[in-house]
Amino acid sequence: MEIYDFTLTELRNRLDRREFSAVEVADAYLVRIAATNPLINSYITVCAAAARSDAAAADLAIASGSAGPLTGLPIAVKDIFNTAGLRTTCASRILDGYVSPYDATAIARIKQQGAVMLGKLNMDEFAMGSSNENSAFGPVHNPWNLDRVPGGSSGGSAACVAGRQAGAALGTDTGGSIRQPAAHCSVVGLKPTYGRVSRYGVIAYASSLDQVGPLTRDVRDNALLLQAIAGYDPADSTSVNTPVPAYAKSLTGDIRGLKIGLPKEYFIDGLDADVQKAVTTAADTCRSLGAELIEVELPHTAYAVACYYLIATAEASSNLARYDGVRYGLRVKDATNLLDMYMRSRATGFGAEVKRRIMLGTYALSSGYYDAYYLKSQKVRTLIRQDFLTAFDKVDVLLTPVAPTPAFALGEKTDDPLQMYLSDIYTIPANLAGTCALSLPCGFSADGLPIGLQLIGKPFDEATLLRTAHAFEQATQWHKQKPAI
Amino acid sequence: MKISRTEVEHVSRLARLALTSQELDALTSDMDAILDYVAQLNALDTEGIVPTAHAVPMENAFREDEPRPGFTPEQALSNAPDAAESAFRVRRIID
Repeated sequence: MEIYDFTLTELRNRLDRREFSAVEVADAYLVRIAATNPLINSYITVCAAAARSDAAAADLAIASGSAGPLTGLPIAVKDIFNTAGLRTTCASRILDGYVSPYDATAIARIKQQGAVMLGKLNMDEFAMGSSNENSAFGPVHNPWNLDRVPGGSSGGSAACVAGRQAGAALGTDTGGSIRQPAAHCSVVGLKPTYGRVSRYGVIAYASSLDQVGPLTRDVRDNALLLQAIAGYDPADSTSVNTPVPAYAKSLTGDIRGLKIGLPKEYFIDGLDADVQKAVTTAADTCRSLGAELIEVELPHTAYAVACYYLIATAEASSNLARYDGVRYGLRVKDATNLLDMYMRSRATGFGAEVKRRIMLGTYALSSGYYDAYYLKSQKVRTLIRQDFLTAFDKVDVLLTPVAPTPAFALGEKTDDPLQMYLSDIYTIPANLAGTCALSLPCGFSADGLPIGLQLIGKPFDEATLLRTAHAFEQATQWHKQKPAI
Repeated sequence: MKISRTEVEHVSRLARLALTSQELDALTSDMDAILDYVAQLNALDTEGIVPTAHAVPMENAFREDEPRPGFTPEQALSNAPDAAESAFRVRRIID
């Protein structure tokens, strides 16, 4: 057992008992990162000096008895979070040279609670992608099989946690970007309810869909990190001012009488046989733990991908209008006039997928097309959200696959954007509905690739989601498996 | 064809993206396929359905009208590609 094999919970216990110091933990991780990053490419920026200095401060806090739940724990964050004094790239060339002048709220909260930040993680550019192949800093490789994608857009975050290159990570999820890579890398990834965690300082992709969430090795660690970041933030007027429960209290192991809904639209043709088997076996495990399985319907599921790729791209086209070369980032040197500066800075700085989504979104919002595309999608979104609210009248959580297949090969889907988009079918609906959802390991395919189980909860009921996930996890061994790397 | 190359060029100007000829060709083909796919939304009757702009029920998220600290000019200019006299400097705007 190496230091980097311990969960956050185990590290907390051992640090408090002075079995080793926070500096030793940081050092162990920095060595591990140096050894494995050339293969995985999960880190864009490693903060070696700052991590050691944060760790030394953590050791003083521990020694003086003033340590909090996160003091000394090594965390890495998706390079979408602004981090004061440190470059933030969003995996794009358009932010070349950009050093954040402030911390995102989620970052400020974990720092204030004594976490040691190891670095900034690779991702699909501007969070647009499902494979972490759309990065200006090269693709991320799945630690379970380096020829495979880790998933995206929080591919670096999931690969980092799976590859034991950090104790845990923060990511963001707009259409599945925490849950899908978590499933492909066999880690636990949670997308909280929209408004549960502040988006202040998180580089925006689609403002009505984006959410910050933790990626961890087990459910207890996930509850710990969610506790640290959840809660109202006056700097984010979309954050909701409702109390944050003590999530660790939900980890009772007891799901007797829990009503679990299986939406029939999620178990159809196109679902890989190994995934189907792992997920239905997981449902049976929940039944054996005393839960009741009930078939439900989410009739508008088939329209979710179309709806998402109009709403998200429309919002992205607006959010990414700020990248114009005026105040920060890339500005072409020889522009003849202002318009030329905008057009060529943006064309030079943005990657192909980002351009594609900006174009789609601009079109969907443009005069003559707004009603047919954007407005229509917003109405369909109401129908999708209503499906969930109706289902939640009958059940407490929903159980589904996360992705139709295990991790695909690098380069396999890059020629066909629509194929790539269709693989988000199971994760997108929870973002459209605004509710919480979690992915956790539930098995492996015949060729050793991780399979994830998705649990979808009622809005602001992360407690039941975590309780269900924890009970399932503790009844299985999937969370104990590690890749060979 | 759901979208023509001419329309794609028009959209690229709206989006302030100077696309190459190859990019315009590729995007025309991609956007055509995607718009063809999303057209299935028309199969749904959404008459009388209120659009969802915000997924959680929330209204009027106001704060008190009191000044709060923000960036100093130095902080605001810290990433400027070109700055002068406490401002971002760009190409001439008015001739």
